[in-house]
Amino acid sequence: MLMAADRTDIGPSPRIAPVASAAATAPVPPGPSGSTPAFSARELSVFFGANHVLKRVSLDIPARAVTAIIGPSGCGKSTFLRALNRMHELVPTARMEGQIRLFGQDIYAREVEPVLVRRRVGMVFQKSNPFPTMSIADNVTVGLRLNGVRNRGLLEARMQQALGMAALWDEVKDRLGAPAISLSGGQQQRLCIARALAVQPEVLLMDEPASALDPLATAKIEDLILELKKDYTIVIVTHNMQQAARISDHTAFFYLGELVEYDATSKIFTNPARKQTEDYVTGRFG
Amino acid sequence: MARRPRGDRAFYWLTLLMALSVFVLIVLIGYELAHGSHLALRKFGWRFLVSSDWDPVNEQFGALPFIFGTLVSSAIALLIAVPLSIATAVYLTEIAPFWLRQVLTLFIELLAAVPSVILGLWGIFVMVPWCRVHLFPRLRDTLGFLPLFKGPIYGLSMLAGGIIVAIMILPIITSVSREILRSVPGLQREAAYALGATRWEVTRIAVLSYARKGLFGAVILGLGRALGETMAVTMVIGNRPEIAASLFAPGYTLASVVANEFTEATTDLYLHALFELGLVLLGLTVLVNCLAQLLLKTFAGAAVRPQT
Amino acid sequence: MDTAYHRWRKLKNTCMQVLTCLCALLVVMPLGLIFYHVLKSGIGSVNWAFFTQLPKPVGEEGGGMANAIVGTFELLGLAAVMGIPVGVLGGVFLAEYGSQRLNWWIRFAADGLNGVPSIIWGMVVYALVVVPMKGFSAWAGGIVLGTMMIPLIMRTTEEVLLLVPGGYREAALALGISQWRTVLQIVVRTALKGIITGILLALARVSGETAPLLFTAFGNRFWNRHLTEPISAIPLQVFSYAISPYEDWRRQAWAGALVLLLFVAIVNVSVRLLTRDRFAQRS
Repeated sequence: MLMAADRTDIGPSPRIAPVASAAATAPVPPGPSGSTPAFSARELSVFFGANHVLKRVSLDIPARAVTAIIGPSGCGKSTFLRALNRMHELVPTARMEGQIRLFGQDIYAREVEPVLVRRRVGMVFQKSNPFPTMSIADNVTVGLRLNGVRNRGLLEARMQQALGMAALWDEVKDRLGAPAISLSGGQQQRLCIARALAVQPEVLLMDEPASALDPLATAKIEDLILELKKDYTIVIVTHNMQQAARISDHTAFFYLGELVEYDATSKIFTNPARKQTEDYVTGRFG
Repeated sequence: MARRPRGDRAFYWLTLLMALSVFVLIVLIGYELAHGSHLALRKFGWRFLVSSDWDPVNEQFGALPFIFGTLVSSAIALLIAVPLSIATAVYLTEIAPFWLRQVLTLFIELLAAVPSVILGLWGIFVMVPWCRVHLFPRLRDTLGFLPLFKGPIYGLSMLAGGIIVAIMILPIITSVSREILRSVPGLQREAAYALGATRWEVTRIAVLSYARKGLFGAVILGLGRALGETMAVTMVIGNRPEIAASLFAPGYTLASVVANEFTEATTDLYLHALFELGLVLLGLTVLVNCLAQLLLKTFAGAAVRPQT
Repeated sequence: MDTAYHRWRKLKNTCMQVLTCLCALLVVMPLGLIFYHVLKSGIGSVNWAFFTQLPKPVGEEGGGMANAIVGTFELLGLAAVMGIPVGVLGGVFLAEYGSQRLNWWIRFAADGLNGVPSIIWGMVVYALVVVPMKGFSAWAGGIVLGTMMIPLIMRTTEEVLLLVPGGYREAALALGISQWRTVLQIVVRTALKGIITGILLALARVSGETAPLLFTAFGNRFWNRHLTEPISAIPLQVFSYAISPYEDWRRQAWAGALVLLLFVAIVNVSVRLLTRDRFAQRS
């Protein structure tokens, strides 16, 4: 493993004010304009071996909003999500072309390390995956401790804050030392959200976070997302269109690896521009 | 329900009988060892386990030096083999490039296939002389303040026995550990990566902690194998029934004394005493192996292949 | 502080990668050393005499291990006759019949037997066979090796049979083929390659066993003329030569070790190479 003498840290502590970027001049599908987008993808293609999974996707994801990625199985939405925090690189045959900028900075530049990208971009998975050998408290603070935070006071404060943001504090405050797997499925997923939030990422990626949960737990997660979007940028992959319609501000529709349409949620679901989109959201296929 | 056709019933009973043979074998083993040692059991009782007398001429037999030798040589073997094996298992599952994994796995399986007597041969003529000339004096020079490393160096010693058993159990601990680590769900690793962990941190947090119980089972399995190791140990341990503080002193294990003295046993009591040593060894290994199986089965269900 | 700590994390990462790699090399090193020394010391003595002559009396140079080589094959043959049918059929039972509970106990017992030290097997067969027969014999040696193989082959057979898709069984039964024929001619035949692999590996494993033969087959400096007589085997001969004080015998011990090691290595490598496709998905 190579170690360059000077690594470019991808940025100072997170959640700084967005910097005006000179990047986005290439044509993008219509989307909200304004301050620097959280993510800016240009001609993004992802290959797994010979398999061309994502085909020249370009879009801007706005900050402090919820963007939903929808589409039928196999359309590449999970791959796109994982490209945003370089998780697709865990597959040995993965290869990408194109560019992705996080608040204006190229996350695939040669000097940039995946570890630092993932610090700024958190992820919650389809199936909750708390670390079973750790307590609830330890699960939440693991990200902080990895980054060298040792101060007990700071760890506890951040933990309480994260659990509060994940709407879990009241339910677990009396049993923080209990093993994480003693929680119910929905609680475990909120624990995973708290774990991701504790390191104060700039963006939260969610890959079908409620698909394994019952309707009650799902509703809690959706309420949580609506609360979180005041402070965080959220990108959520979902196969549940009603969910996308309920909680997202913008929606991107993918099909067979291509970005078909990307617009405000209200427009996508009431008056989509492309026929394919309309067929999908009205349930004619998928 | 219609009666099963005759061919089916016959085949069913045939295979059932064959499968039940394992129980028959277990009973046979237990019975023969108990029966074959009853003279000694009756004469010495529990004193057998704590007496250090091994005097065939005067018909005084005690198992303590051999229990000591078996336990100490196994402990040394574990101390050497466990860190190496688990580190290797980590390398094979998390770090090594794919082509290298195949090659290394083949080599480790080959090491597992080396017969004990060949390892012992190499031990007597290559390893022990090297230890006597290079390793042991250096150990005595640096660590000689400990009673473990004092005293005359012959080469054939408890430490040599421990080292050779370590070589014998490296493959089994490595391969079982590797299966355990591979069975850790990918989702756990992804959770750690998503938090911005380095590869080693992912291994530490998501893989090793998760697999703790299974890895412990692998270690106990290795211990079970170490306890029963016979030929290679016999050839390098010195075969002297004494309890000494120094690791450079010769030792004797339960399996070795049986191997060496079985055909020399002149009296019935002598033979029965050897059988009783076998009984002790069997008890030890069965206990340890049951513990290992329990740990492995409750960790990952049927994820672990039967040991070959 | 952020960057410095991060550099420390990366350093730890690299160190652990290097450390584990070193450990892997250390684990493989003894194999290399053993092969090297056995080849070096044994190759000069593996000659025609080695394969064709009997051991010479003490003091006389030369001689060979012809009887030990033949003896090993005889013992393996006896062991195969005993161990293969029981092991394979027992494995068939575990895979195709039986109840959850019973099979769990059978597997537990088989795994337990696999953990019994080989010398204990020798003691038991001594009491069961050598004592009544009033002497060491090839029978006793074959029986001990055969019974050691039973739990081994049972488990590997079961494992391979379980890999055969259930659809095969269902298709055959739906065609009206009786169950025992289905199992034997369809399921077992499909899994035959894997079953044979397991058998070969078990044979290779017991061919190197010495301890159980010490007081069953016992060893013989001459040809074994009848199965009720003691018989020599390569590991036994290697052992007794190795601990002897005679230089010439020790030389022959290395030769015997080389032959045995090559045999075991070739069987293991070829078996694993041939079944590589089946296990490719496991890596």
